[in-house]
Amino acid sequence: MNVETLDTIKTVVFEKTESLLDVEMHYCPGCGHSVTHRLIAEVIDELGIVEETIGVAPVGCSVFAYNYIGVDFSEAAHGRASAAATGIKRVFPEKYVFSYQGDGDLAAIGTGETIHTCNRGENILIIFINNGIYGMTGGQMAPTTLPNMKSTTSPFGRDTKSMGYPLKITDLVAQLPGTYYVTRQSVHKPLNVRRAKKAIQKGFEYQKLNKGTCFIEIVSNCPSNWKMTPVESNKWLDENMLPFYPLGDLKVPNEKEV
Amino acid sequence: MAKAKGDILINIEKCKGCEICMDACPEDVIAMSKVVNKKGYLYAVKITDSCTGCTNCALVCPDAVITVFRETKQKKEQIATITNVTGNITVTVDK
Repeated sequence: MNVETLDTIKTVVFEKTESLLDVEMHYCPGCGHSVTHRLIAEVIDELGIVEETIGVAPVGCSVFAYNYIGVDFSEAAHGRASAAATGIKRVFPEKYVFSYQGDGDLAAIGTGETIHTCNRGENILIIFINNGIYGMTGGQMAPTTLPNMKSTTSPFGRDTKSMGYPLKITDLVAQLPGTYYVTRQSVHKPLNVRRAKKAIQKGFEYQKLNKGTCFIEIVSNCPSNWKMTPVESNKWLDENMLPFYPLGDLKVPNEKEV
Repeated sequence: MAKAKGDILINIEKCKGCEICMDACPEDVIAMSKVVNKKGYLYAVKITDSCTGCTNCALVCPDAVITVFRETKQKKEQIATITNVTGNITVTVDK
């Protein structure tokens, strides 16, 4: 007779990844920036490219991104993150270079840099957080603010007659021949978080192929400036942002070529 | 099939009390505390044992404060052999 017992083994299925540094992020509770930071750190750790990655932090809420992700970082002037990333990639062509930008940074003051970087087809990854508002400066109207959406500079809602229409810059760069992979994701639900992570992973992997710019838009929330609780803001994002900014791939590489 | 068994560990001092994990949990395992942490936020706490280890809460957590475990039952290695059951019981420890 053999003596055997059942053993309960606890395995860790999810924990904070190593290259997401153990510091408190300054973001408001429930902010999509923090989730995206974590996804980037997870992808970098899973691909094992901590020593080979260089990030470019923008101006905006995510200005302190270099304090949270444990890779080499450079800070760029407002809107010029993609231009700075171009320079870094040209000097270190074998490194993985990504820029992390918000909508006020990438789609307002940096529109020219972004479009020209994508048009030149620089082999960098641009991660674009779109929350439809200027978060850091207190909730002013951004180019991506939805029609009739209230902000501190459009207190009666964005009037498209005098303030123009929201800029879908992701759709714009998808038309350019220089881009290789263009997608729009969000991080408000577990499923979307998984998809966004996969997209970021592809963005890093495609850099090795030297085929062109990868552009990932993350539709995010801004609970503080939308004046909602985090859960409400995620619901609002689902109901209002996503119909205008539909999720999905806008430009995918031809799988035969890959 | 038996339900999967899981467990979560929440780093309460880093939690900012955004309640997104509470919303994402399909088993209603997480609730908010009645007292605040050092930063002044109500933090997430585990209230029931029905966790399945699905990692939904950890995936949406902005501050990566949740660690998720999954429990698996596994046969232990054979540790001893019992022989001569009719007479004197002899136990030989294998290791």
